[in-house]
Amino acid sequence: MVRKTHVATTINGEPVEFLCEARQSLLEVLRETLGLTGSKEGCNNGNCGACTVLLDGQPVDSCLVLAVEVEGAQITTIEGLSKDSRLHPIQQCFLEDAALQCGICTPGFIMSAKALLDRDPNPSEHAIRFQLAGNLCRCTGYDKIIRAVQDSAKRMAGQNK
Amino acid sequence: MTPKSERKKYKVIGTRPIRHDGADKVTGRAVYGADLRLAGIVHGKILRSPHAHAKVKSIDTSAAEKHPGVLAVVTRADMPNLKNKIADLGEGSVNLAHLGANVLAHDKVLYKGHAVAALAAVNPHVAEEALKLIKVDYEVLPSVTWVMDAMQDDAPLLHNDVFTKSMGKRASKPSNVPTHIHFEKGNIEEGFQAADVIVEREFKTASVHQGYIEPHVSTALWNQDGHVTVWTSTQGAFTARAQTAELLQIPVSQVTVVPCEIGGGFGGKIAVYLEPVAALLSRKCGRPVKMVMTREDVFEGTGPTPGSFMRVKLGATKDGKLVAGEAWLAYDAGAFPGGVIGPGAMCVFSCYELPHAKVDGYDVLDNKPKTQAYRAPGATQAAFACETVIDELAEKLKIDPLEFRLKNAAKEGTRRVDGPVYPRVGLVETLEAAKNSPHWKSKLEGKHRGRGIASGYWFNIGLKSSVAANVNNDGTVSLIEGSTDIGGTRTSIAMQFAETLGITAEAVHPRVGDTDSVGYTDVTGGSRTTFATGLAAHEVALDIQRQMRERAAILWECEASQVQVEDGAYCHKDKKLTFAELAGQLGHTGGPVVGRATVSPEGASNGFGTHLVDVEVDPDTAKVTILRYTAIQDAGRAIHPSYVEGQMQGGAVQGIGWALNEEYVYSDQGRMENASYLDYRMPTALDVPAIETIIVEVPNPAHPYGVRGVGETPIVAPPAAIANAIYAATGVRMTELPMSPPRLWAAMSTGKKS
Amino acid sequence: MNDFEFQTATTVDEAVSLLAAKGDRARVLTGGTDLIVQLRENLREADLVVDVKKIPELIQYSLTEKGLRLGAGVPCYRIYGDEAIRKAYPGLVDSARIIGGWQIQSRASIGGNLCNSSPAADSIPTLIAYNVICHIAGPEGRRTVPVAEFCTAPGRNVLKRGELLTELEFPAAARHSGGAYLRFIPRNEMDIAVVGAGAWVQLDAKGETIERARLALAAVAPTPLFLADASAALAGKPATEATFKEAAAAASAIARPINDKRGTLEYRKHLAGVLIERSLVGAVRRARGEKWDPHV
Repeated sequence: MVRKTHVATTINGEPVEFLCEARQSLLEVLRETLGLTGSKEGCNNGNCGACTVLLDGQPVDSCLVLAVEVEGAQITTIEGLSKDSRLHPIQQCFLEDAALQCGICTPGFIMSAKALLDRDPNPSEHAIRFQLAGNLCRCTGYDKIIRAVQDSAKRMAGQNK
Repeated sequence: MTPKSERKKYKVIGTRPIRHDGADKVTGRAVYGADLRLAGIVHGKILRSPHAHAKVKSIDTSAAEKHPGVLAVVTRADMPNLKNKIADLGEGSVNLAHLGANVLAHDKVLYKGHAVAALAAVNPHVAEEALKLIKVDYEVLPSVTWVMDAMQDDAPLLHNDVFTKSMGKRASKPSNVPTHIHFEKGNIEEGFQAADVIVEREFKTASVHQGYIEPHVSTALWNQDGHVTVWTSTQGAFTARAQTAELLQIPVSQVTVVPCEIGGGFGGKIAVYLEPVAALLSRKCGRPVKMVMTREDVFEGTGPTPGSFMRVKLGATKDGKLVAGEAWLAYDAGAFPGGVIGPGAMCVFSCYELPHAKVDGYDVLDNKPKTQAYRAPGATQAAFACETVIDELAEKLKIDPLEFRLKNAAKEGTRRVDGPVYPRVGLVETLEAAKNSPHWKSKLEGKHRGRGIASGYWFNIGLKSSVAANVNNDGTVSLIEGSTDIGGTRTSIAMQFAETLGITAEAVHPRVGDTDSVGYTDVTGGSRTTFATGLAAHEVALDIQRQMRERAAILWECEASQVQVEDGAYCHKDKKLTFAELAGQLGHTGGPVVGRATVSPEGASNGFGTHLVDVEVDPDTAKVTILRYTAIQDAGRAIHPSYVEGQMQGGAVQGIGWALNEEYVYSDQGRMENASYLDYRMPTALDVPAIETIIVEVPNPAHPYGVRGVGETPIVAPPAAIANAIYAATGVRMTELPMSPPRLWAAMSTGKKS
Repeated sequence: MNDFEFQTATTVDEAVSLLAAKGDRARVLTGGTDLIVQLRENLREADLVVDVKKIPELIQYSLTEKGLRLGAGVPCYRIYGDEAIRKAYPGLVDSARIIGGWQIQSRASIGGNLCNSSPAADSIPTLIAYNVICHIAGPEGRRTVPVAEFCTAPGRNVLKRGELLTELEFPAAARHSGGAYLRFIPRNEMDIAVVGAGAWVQLDAKGETIERARLALAAVAPTPLFLADASAALAGKPATEATFKEAAAAASAIARPINDKRGTLEYRKHLAGVLIERSLVGAVRRARGEKWDPHV
C-alpha cells in the first residue's frame, strides 16, 4: 500500500485536512477526495485551464500542483465564489451574456476572470484575451466570454462605489 | 431580417432569457460524466496500440490480473462475436462488427491508439500501473495515413473483407475503398463546352479533431439482477443504448443510459467507445466502473474528421453564369468504413445553381482512428475547394466575388446535384446582408492585408424526437425531453413550448430524460435539436392546451370547443382564467395534466451562411492574423438570439482553427506526433478578434415557428473565406489546409503559388 | 505515474543531501509545470521529489547596482510584476510573460525553465543574451557556470548528482544597454517556440553605434545557441537596418534546426534571421530608452 501524507490547508475559507499520495494532483484530490467537482479536467497537463483555481490568490492549473504542496495554502475554487444566495457578478454576467454553451470550461474561465479583475478592475479587451489565453473554450469562439468579463468589470466597479 | 410586425407576434421567441441550467454551470454544480460519484466505484483504463497497423498475435493479461488492486481485465475474448449488421446512429450509420472491433481490437490493430485491452482497479493510478503488465505480441505491418496513398493498388490493406461498392456493384478484389459515390445532373460535357472560363484546382486537407474540452467518460454498472446502467457523456442517450446493447448482445430493455451533462461533442460523441467496455468490466467485478479518457486518448483514439484530397472544376460564361461543375473527392474514413464522404459529395456544389454537374466521392480506409462526424461533416473540406475555385473564377471574369455568388446562388427550385430541390432557402438573403454589412462596406487599408468571402451550406435533418410535460399546480410546467443539451437547447426547446402555451420561459422547467424516462429521441446532431425537438415541444404545448380547455369546460360547464385561448388565458363568455389559475384547479377537475408528443419530420431542410474575413499576413513569417470577422446566417427564426450568435461565433472560430493551424501530424510510422492541446493548437482567446454576427431570418416552411438548425453551417465557410483573404493579401492561392505559417511561407517563397 | 516520496527542503544543504542520496532517481520541484507533466506521461521517473520552494535563497531576488540575483525558484509572475525588473531587464520580462499561460506563470520559474533544458526554452536565449552566471550548490560545495555552457543536450545539462541550481546572476544593466526576446509561434499564446531569439546590446552614448552585443537562439539546435561570432561582429557597427540584416544572415547561417511537428528546417533557418533582426531592433530601441513591445 502506498503511504499517504496528511495535508492541512484552507479551501474556500474553511480549514480542510486530507490524506493523499504524493503523485496525486490538487485537482484529483479536490474532485475525488473532497467532492469539489466544479474544477474540471480537460487535459491534465496544463494546456486547457479547465481546472483553474486560485492558490494563494494566483490562478494555477490545479492539475499541475501536487496535493502535498498545498500544506498551509489558501485555495479558492469555483465552489467558493458565490458567498451567499447570490451569484458572484462574474457568474451572473456569464449567464446574462450567454457566455457558455456546454459549460465545461466555464468554471476555469470564471476563476481566471476573477484573478484578472482582482488585479485589474478595468482591463482592455486585449488584456482580457491575453490573460485568458490559458483557458481553452471550443464552443463559444470566446466572443461572449470576453463581453461577460467586460460587463463583470463594469458591474463590480458599480458595486464598489 | 424579421420585420418588426412579425417580431411583435411573439412573446418568448426572440427574447434572451437566462438558460435553465445556467446557475448549475457557473457554480460548478452541474454533474458531467466525470463528476459522477457512486458507492463502490472503481476505475477503468484502456491499453492502446503503440503501432499504426499490426496483427495482434496474443495478449497475456495474467500479470495484470495478479497486480494488487486490479479487479477485472477484459480483451476481445470477452466481447460477443458480432455479425455484420448496419446500425443507424442518427448522423450516419455503422457496421456493428466494425464498431465492436473499434471498441476492443480483434485480430488486428488498425491505428495507433486502438484499444486492445482494459482493466478496472481501485484507483486510476493502480489501473495505469497494471496496464504496463499486459503483454501484447504484435506483428507490425506497413501502415498508410494519407488518403491518396491508401487508394493505391499496392497500399497496405486494412480489411480483407471490404470490397468497393460502386453504383450498386461490388468489386471482386478487397480494397481500401469501401464506397464510391456518384452524382450527376445535366450533361457535364455540354456544360463545359458552353463555358468561356474554366478553373480546375486540386486541394488537400489534414485530419482535424472536434476538440471538445471534456474527454470521453462513461460509468457502467452491470447490476447483480442483470440490468446495465450507463452514465455517459453522449450526444444521444438512445443511440448509446442501442450501440451498447448490440455490442453486448443483450436486449435494449436491459440497458438504461443516463446522459450526464456533456462537455462538447460536435459530432464526436455519437459512436460509443467506453460504454460497452465499462459494462464488461463491471460485469466481471460487480461494481460500477468509471472510465475517463486522457486527452492523448481522445486525440489518438476518437473521431477526427477526414483528411481529404479533392479536385474541383467549374466553368462559367463571360457574363458570369456558372454552367458546369465537376468534383472528385476522396475522404479518409480511418480504420473502418463509413466516413463522411456522402454529405461531402452532396454539399460540394450545394450553394450554386449549376445546370450541369458531376460528383465522384470515395470513402477510403487508412490507419487513423475511425473518423466521426464533426460539425457539418464533410462540408467544410468540400467548401474549401469549391469556394476557392468560385473566387478564382470571379477574379478571372473580373466580377466582384460577392456579386458572382449572388448571380449564381441556389434558391427555391434549385436542384442539388444529388437530387433534392430546395424549398424556400436563404442564401441570397445572407449574401445581401453581407453586401449591406458594415464590414463589407468598410475600407480595408494597409499593406499585406486582404478580404475574403465564402458561403457555406448544411442540412437540418429531421429524425425522431420525444417530449413529455407535466403541469404543476402553480402554473409551471416540467418538461422532459430526450435531446441531450450541448449548448443551451433545453432553453430553446422550452421557449418554443412556452410560446405555444402562452407562458413565460421561466415557468418551464426543462430536463433531459434518461432512456427509461422519455420516448425515443435521436442524437443531438445534424442541426436538428432546436428544429425537431422544438417541434415536438410545440406539439406537447398544443396537447396541454387541448387538455386545459377541457378542464376549463368542466369548471364552466360548457363544451371544450367553446373555451377560447387568448394570450395564454382560457376564456368563455365573461369568464377568464390564466394558465396558472387553471393549473391550480386541476385537482378537482380530473387530476394531473400530462402532455406528450413524438415527431419524426421527414427529409431535411437547409441552412446557408456567408462569412467575411479580413486578414493580415506577416510578409516575413507568413503568420496570418484575423483582423475582422463577420458571420452571417439564415436561422429561419432565431429562438434565443444569443445562442444562435454563439453557434455562429463558435463555428467560425473552429473553422479559423481548421484553416490556420489544426492538423494531425503523422510520423512515417503512422503515429500522431501532436496528441496534446499544446501541439494541436486550437485557437485561444488571443488568436481571434470579436466575431460579428448578422442573423438573417427566412422562415423554414417545415417548422411552425420557421426554425432552421444553426449549429453546423458556421464551420463550413471559414477556411475558404480565409484562403480567399490570404490570396487578396499575398497573391498566393492556398490549396492545402491548414494554411499554417511554414506551409504559407513555402508557398509565398516559391513563385507565388501553392 | 508511479508513486514517489515527497520531501520539502528548507535549506540548500538539506536539498543537496536529499538529492545526492537518490542521484538520478531524485527530481527537484519548483513550479512543477514541466516535471509533473513529464512524470505523468512517463517521460521521466522519480523515486523522490524534493520541493525547494521553501528554501529562502531560491525564492528571493535582489536588484542592486551590482545586478540582479534571481532565486532559481522565483515564479514568472513575480518577475514581470516587479516594476524595477521590468525597467532593468525587459528581455527577461519578455520571456517570463510568455512561458505558458498565466496559470503556468503563477508557478513556473526561470531556474526551472533552464534546468528543464529544452532546446526551445523561452528563457534561455534571454539568459544567454544577458550573460547570466548560474550558481550551483552540490555535495562538493558551490560553483558557477556561464549560462551559455549550462545546457548540454535536449533535456540535459551540467548539473551533477546532488547538484541544485540556486541562483541566476544578471550583470548590472549597463548604461545605454537593452535586451529583448522574441519567439515565433503559430498561435499567439500557449505554444512552444518554433524559433526563439534573444538579443542584448550596449550602444555608445549617442545611441548610434553598437559597442557590445550578445545574440542567442532557441529551437534551432540541440541546445539553445549563443551566436558568439555574430555577436562579436556587431561590435563597432552602426545600429542600423543594414547591420541588423547582417546579423540576421549570420543567424540563419549558423542555425542547424530539424524538421519536426513544429516547423520545417528551411522555415526555421529563415525565422532565425527574421527573429534575430526583430529582437535586435527591440534591444536597440530599448537601449535608446524607447518603448518596444514584442507583442505588436
